[in-house]
Amino acid sequence: MFPRPIQQRPAATRAAYQVALPVALILWLLPLLGVAMTSLKPAADMTQGNYFGWPSHLAWSNYADVFRNSPIGWYILNSFKVTIPTVIGAVALSCMTGFALAIYKFRFNLVIFFIFVAGNFVPFQILMVPVRDLTLKLGLYNTITGLALFHVAFQTGFCTLFMRNFIKSLPNELIEAARVEGVSEVRIFWYVVLPLMRPAIAALSVLVFTFIWNDYFWATVLTNGVSTQPVTAGLYSLNGQWVAQWQLVSAGSIVAALPPVLMFFAMQRHFIAGLTLGAVK
Amino acid sequence: MTSVTTNAAARRHGAWRRNQRRLAPLMFVAPGALMFLVYVVAPIFRSMSISFYDWDGMGAMKWIGFGNYVELWSDPAFLESLENNLIWLVLYMLAVPAGLFIAIFLNQSVRGIRIYKSLFFFPFVISQVVVGLIFTWFYAPDFGLLFKLSQMLTGHGIAILADERYATYGIIAAGLWPQIAYVMILYLTGLNNVAPDQVEAARLDGAKGWKMLWYVIIPQLRPATFIAVVVTVIGALRSFDLVSIMTQGGPYGSTRVLSYYMYEQALSEYGYRMGYGAAIAVVLFFIMMVFISGFIWKMYRDETER
Repeated sequence: MFPRPIQQRPAATRAAYQVALPVALILWLLPLLGVAMTSLKPAADMTQGNYFGWPSHLAWSNYADVFRNSPIGWYILNSFKVTIPTVIGAVALSCMTGFALAIYKFRFNLVIFFIFVAGNFVPFQILMVPVRDLTLKLGLYNTITGLALFHVAFQTGFCTLFMRNFIKSLPNELIEAARVEGVSEVRIFWYVVLPLMRPAIAALSVLVFTFIWNDYFWATVLTNGVSTQPVTAGLYSLNGQWVAQWQLVSAGSIVAALPPVLMFFAMQRHFIAGLTLGAVK
Repeated sequence: MTSVTTNAAARRHGAWRRNQRRLAPLMFVAPGALMFLVYVVAPIFRSMSISFYDWDGMGAMKWIGFGNYVELWSDPAFLESLENNLIWLVLYMLAVPAGLFIAIFLNQSVRGIRIYKSLFFFPFVISQVVVGLIFTWFYAPDFGLLFKLSQMLTGHGIAILADERYATYGIIAAGLWPQIAYVMILYLTGLNNVAPDQVEAARLDGAKGWKMLWYVIIPQLRPATFIAVVVTVIGALRSFDLVSIMTQGGPYGSTRVLSYYMYEQALSEYGYRMGYGAAIAVVLFFIMMVFISGFIWKMYRDETER
C-alpha cells in the first residue's frame, strides 16, 4: 500500500494526520460552505454587509421564497422530465449495442465501436447548428422530447463504450454453453447476459442521470422558457432576476444541485465504477 | 391455403434460426447506431459543409468557399479565443498532479475516511452552473471573500472577473475545482490496485518517499494517468458553461474560448452567423481530434494485443 499506512507511523504523525484531514476538507469545500451559509441568511444580513459572519438567524424562509416566488419548481420538474427518459433510453440502447459489439465478431465491429467512442468526445459546438436545425425541422424545438432525444443519442456513445467493455469481461463460456443448448441469441441476451449486467446498468444510470441533470449547453440551445427549460438553464435566468440577492441565488443553487448529490451519496460505489470508465480495474 | 402460409412462416423462421448469429448483431446494434448516426455523426459532416457557406440559419445559403476560414485568420476575437483555449489546456493539466496529491493524502484506512473521500469528490457532482455561481460569489467585488482577502493583503481589492488581466484565470480556477476531484477519484482507484508485493519489495530495497512514488508507484498508475489526461484535455477544450455563467466572454471578450465564441457567433444576440460559427466549431473539432485519435489509437492497440 502506498503511502505507508499511517498506523505504522509515530504517534505524532498520526495525530497530525487526524487534524489535517478535517482542516483540508474545510478548505476544499470553503466555497460551497460559504454558499450554504449564505443561503440561510436573512435579507437584512446582506444589506447590513454581514457577508461572512454567521447568519443572525437561520432564514429557512429563503428556500420557501425561492419556490414561492420563482418558477424553480417547474424547472426542476422539467429536469426530471428530460433526465429520466434519457437515462432509460440511453441505457437500453447501449445494453443492446454493447452486447452486439462485445459478443459477435463481424466486419466493422471495431470501426463502429470506435465511432461511438470518438463521437462521445467531440466538442458540442460541431453538433450545435445541425442538431438545432434538425430539432426545428422535426417540430421539436423547445420541447422536452427534442432535448431528451438528442441526449439519448449522444449518451449512447459513452454508454456503449462502458457496456461493451463490461460485457467483454464476462466469461464467454456462459454464452457458448447457452448456444450449445440451442438457446436463441435474443434469449441469450435477455436471460443470460442482461441479468449479469445489473451493476453496469446501475453505474451508468447514476452517471447519465448526473450528466444530463447538469447539462447546460444543450438546454440553452434547444429550449427556452419556463415550460421546458431544465433547472441549469433556469437557474441562469433566475440569477439575472435576483441581482445581488445572493441569499436567493445560493438557496436556488443548492436546490438545483441536490438531486444529483443525493443520487451520488445513495449510489456512490456504482457512480465511481462508472467514472473510471472500467479502464482502471 | 392456411398450410401454405404456415409453411412460409416456418421457412422464414428457419431462415432466422439459421442466420441468427449473423443477423442478431445487426439487430442489436441498429437502433443505437441509427440514433448516433442521425444526431452525432451526420451533424459533424453537416457542420463541415455549412462552414463553407454564408448563412443566417433561415435564408438562402451562399457558397463562399474558404471565406469563413480566411476571415477567422484575421479575426482578433478568434485568435484571442484560441489563445485562451491554450491557456485553459496548459493550466487544466494542473488537475493531474493536484488530483494525485489529494489521492495520496486520502489513501489511508482510518475511521471515517470513506466519508472524507466522498466529500472531497463532491464538487464534481455539482453542475458547472452552480460551480460558476459559487465562484462568482467568491470573487464578487466589494464583498467577495477573495476581494476582501486581496484588500487585506495589498490594500486594494481585486475584482478578478471584471479585470481582463485575471478573468480567464479566475474561471480556470473554478473549473479546476471539480476537475481535480475527478482526477482524484481516478487515482484513488488506481492506488487501490498498486501491487502490494512490489511496494514491499521496493521498501526492503530502501525506496521511500519521492523515489518510491516516482519509480514504483507512478509507473503502475499509468492507466489512471492516461484516463486522467484524456478527461482533463477534453474538459479544458469543452469549457463553455463556466465562461457563459461567470463572464459571458467579457470583460471586452477577454475570457472567450472557441466553444463560447462559436455560440456567440451562431446563436446569440450578436447575430446568426451559422456558417462562421460552424467554421469555428470545425477548428475546435480538429484540435480535439488530435487527442481523440490518440485515445482511439491506444484503445486499438490494447484491443489487438488481447
